[in-house]
Amino acid sequence: MINYFANPTRFLKIAKGLQPIVALIAVGSILTGLYYSLIQSPPDYQQSETVRMMYVHVPAAWMAMFCYVALAGFSSVLLIWRHIVADILAKSTAPIGACFTFLALATGSLWGKPMWGTWWVWDARLTSVLILFLLYLGYMVLYNAFDDRSRGARAAAILSIVGVINVPIIKFSVDWWNTLHQPASVIKMDGPAIHSSMLTPLILMAVGYTSLFIWILLIRARAELNLQKVHALKIRLAKV
Amino acid sequence: MKNRQKRFSFIGLGFLLIAGAAALVLSAFEDNIVFFHSPTEIVNKFRAQKLKPAQRLRVGGLVEKGSVTKVSDGATNRFKVTDLNNSIIVEFRGILPDLFREGQGIVAEGFYQNNIFNATDVLAKHDETYMPPEVAEALKKSGQWKPQ
Repeated sequence: MINYFANPTRFLKIAKGLQPIVALIAVGSILTGLYYSLIQSPPDYQQSETVRMMYVHVPAAWMAMFCYVALAGFSSVLLIWRHIVADILAKSTAPIGACFTFLALATGSLWGKPMWGTWWVWDARLTSVLILFLLYLGYMVLYNAFDDRSRGARAAAILSIVGVINVPIIKFSVDWWNTLHQPASVIKMDGPAIHSSMLTPLILMAVGYTSLFIWILLIRARAELNLQKVHALKIRLAKV
Repeated sequence: MKNRQKRFSFIGLGFLLIAGAAALVLSAFEDNIVFFHSPTEIVNKFRAQKLKPAQRLRVGGLVEKGSVTKVSDGATNRFKVTDLNNSIIVEFRGILPDLFREGQGIVAEGFYQNNIFNATDVLAKHDETYMPPEVAEALKKSGQWKPQ
């Protein structure tokens, strides 16, 4: 199956067909999700209206980790199978993941001030997410640090696979150590600790964020493939 | 073995080694990674004389019911933080966070001297449950309320 998608022409064709579908899902679920989270859903018994920060913060944090796992997955395919499409997908994932991580950090900070009483603390959860953000930045810098593109791609791929160790640390930091951040509410052993009227908009936003990621990924990957084609053509012209 | 399988096992092995190294590092630094200590830990450390006189610490726990008072200067809050086994008296001069109330989880940062924790900062913790106020009321009425 990996070989099937490794063909750039076939990938371009699939991406072109998929793009409007995910775009529609992304716009639809984010708009309805925002309506439900900002207007329809009730305030929280403890945090009252401030709880609405959750609907933008939590999916962003999920996507920050999801994108990183995707980045490491694409990178392993690149290293093991040496497929061009995996390289392109990895390169296109990194900036999107970095944006989601930044969004999670920024909204978390804005939420932390009114609820905890501080913009930032160095507890295990917040620090490990900051490391995730730096890993994304490091990946992008390393990728572009070499004159030879494929060497940069490989070095960055190794970095991303090493860094994936940080993802379980982020997820379980709140269980392994004392943190200011509270433990997981949705993905936990004895079912979600969120009332259904608040879980629905959260899930809607999560679906929206995920399809937004795929949407932007497809746009970026298509552009990157075309850029490489242009580059190859230029080299061929220069040789002639 | 094909080249691809070689690369696969190389990456797999390398990853396992790094995961092992990370686990060792994290368990070695456990005491520095925790954000706060429980009152029991602090009292035990104090008794074992493991605390330096001016060591900055964070204590975390629940605000003990009925313990919140003002000191005679009128501006210093005094309350007890408990982990249900031991409790520590905390004094804090400043504005308490909105979520601060009896039974709430908090983290105080400061110095432990003469059996009193002089806090320079007090942060509020909240748990992972989210629900509308009406649901919380209904749970309290039916006796199914589980405090954090």
